[in-house]
Amino acid sequence: MDIQTKKVVTDPLFNNNPIALQILGVCSALAVTSKLAPVLVMCLALTSVLACSNVAVSLIRNHIPGSIRIIVQMVIISSLVIIVDQILKAFLFEISKQLSVFVGLIITNCIVLGRAEAYAMKNSPGMSFLDGIGNGLGYSLILILVATIRELFGSGRLLDYPVWTLVTDGGWFTPIGIMLLPPSAFFIIGLLIWGLRTWKVEQVEKPEYRIQHVHRLEVT
Amino acid sequence: MPEGDAALSDPQTDSSRGPRRLGLIHTFLALPNDSTVKTLLVALLLCLVCSVLVSTAAVSLKPLQVANQALDKKKNILEVTKLMREGTSIDELFKAFEPKVVDLETGEYVTSVDPDQFDQRKAAKDPQHNVQIPADRDIAQIRQRAKYAMVYLYTEGENVKYFILPIHGYGLWSTLYGFLVLEGDANSVFGLQFYEHLETAGLGGEVDNPIWRSKWEGKLIYDETGNPKIEVVKGAVLPNDPGAKFRVDGLAGATLTANGVTNMLRYWMGEDGFAKYLQQFHTKA
Repeated sequence: MDIQTKKVVTDPLFNNNPIALQILGVCSALAVTSKLAPVLVMCLALTSVLACSNVAVSLIRNHIPGSIRIIVQMVIISSLVIIVDQILKAFLFEISKQLSVFVGLIITNCIVLGRAEAYAMKNSPGMSFLDGIGNGLGYSLILILVATIRELFGSGRLLDYPVWTLVTDGGWFTPIGIMLLPPSAFFIIGLLIWGLRTWKVEQVEKPEYRIQHVHRLEVT
Repeated sequence: MPEGDAALSDPQTDSSRGPRRLGLIHTFLALPNDSTVKTLLVALLLCLVCSVLVSTAAVSLKPLQVANQALDKKKNILEVTKLMREGTSIDELFKAFEPKVVDLETGEYVTSVDPDQFDQRKAAKDPQHNVQIPADRDIAQIRQRAKYAMVYLYTEGENVKYFILPIHGYGLWSTLYGFLVLEGDANSVFGLQFYEHLETAGLGGEVDNPIWRSKWEGKLIYDETGNPKIEVVKGAVLPNDPGAKFRVDGLAGATLTANGVTNMLRYWMGEDGFAKYLQQFHTKA
């Protein structure tokens, strides 16, 4: 794999992370991350939908009429999501019960449409596939981090396996209730973005405008 | 442009390679993208392809999904009656239960309906087999229910040991579906378990918490007059509370889900629910 191709896969991990830099797909990052197990399946589902939709859009990109291009992309994405949802219900029933509506909501996940529009419409199927995988991994990275923190501090467990014994079970750990609520993911993602931007300073945007001193006439 | 996508992106190669019947496809591909004809055709073709894919997936996976749901229900019944054994198949263990269909109005068993074929959820939506619940009586907020209901019996010798009653009602975000297990006196609770709900994990979702569920054990549904008195209280039940046997500790941060549980129990154990059916067992005990 040459460097250019490699960059397509690795860039979305840290340099151009869909959640941390592009701030896309935050909705599901808040909603499903209270436990790690469903998150793993969610990441797998999203990555496969993203890769397939990128390939499909890229394959027909030269014949998509501009006037209906977003609709075409949405139809492809929603079909793929329905198929994934059906597969989960058939083979991973327990998990699909936990994920419930959120698999369906991949349709509205901004990352999928974002990549189709920004990348797959202009690049070959092969590269679009890699771009899909890369962005899927970038999304997964953040989600897994957030879910690990939330499940551990919210319920003292990881993948439903007790790590810290709870006070209610005779242990020492008092679960932090807010960790199980969606707002906690907001804080965690915020802190992650902060950390990432401290590490990679180039991600910090230049301020669009500055407040300047204006000489005003005193009106009395 | 890298190789690999030449076939579709360049109409020229298509026609030079293919035989004459590719002519139509060629004409189609060669149309300017923004012409009305091509827009319509692309939309049509795309919808066609996608609908075929989606329906293939839905139809071919349906049997597996239905089997999953049925198995999940059985598993929940086994769990709530504590008859789940590792190593034995769920279907095998489930043979110990006797499914019956009950007419909720009369409290009698219905023999004309095959319990294996009866789908209570489907029946609740079917105008032929359902009852609309007037708003003032609809405390469980389910709007309509099936005329008939499933019950599963676990008998030991002559007597029924457990009644497994399907119940459902609205919590905070979603309808909770579950099973209430009563002991042979048709009044003491043996267990309560929900197999489907979309309540907040960690708050309302704690209805699945084994510790909370174990608090139901031994509680009583009906008071002396035969009214369902069971309720989930806010906070903990006081030890000296005279009504403690009708009360279950609340769930912190999930008052609305807990209220939903109270309401659905009051509804399904009340006159509109299983009360008529269960009465006949009260006298025996």
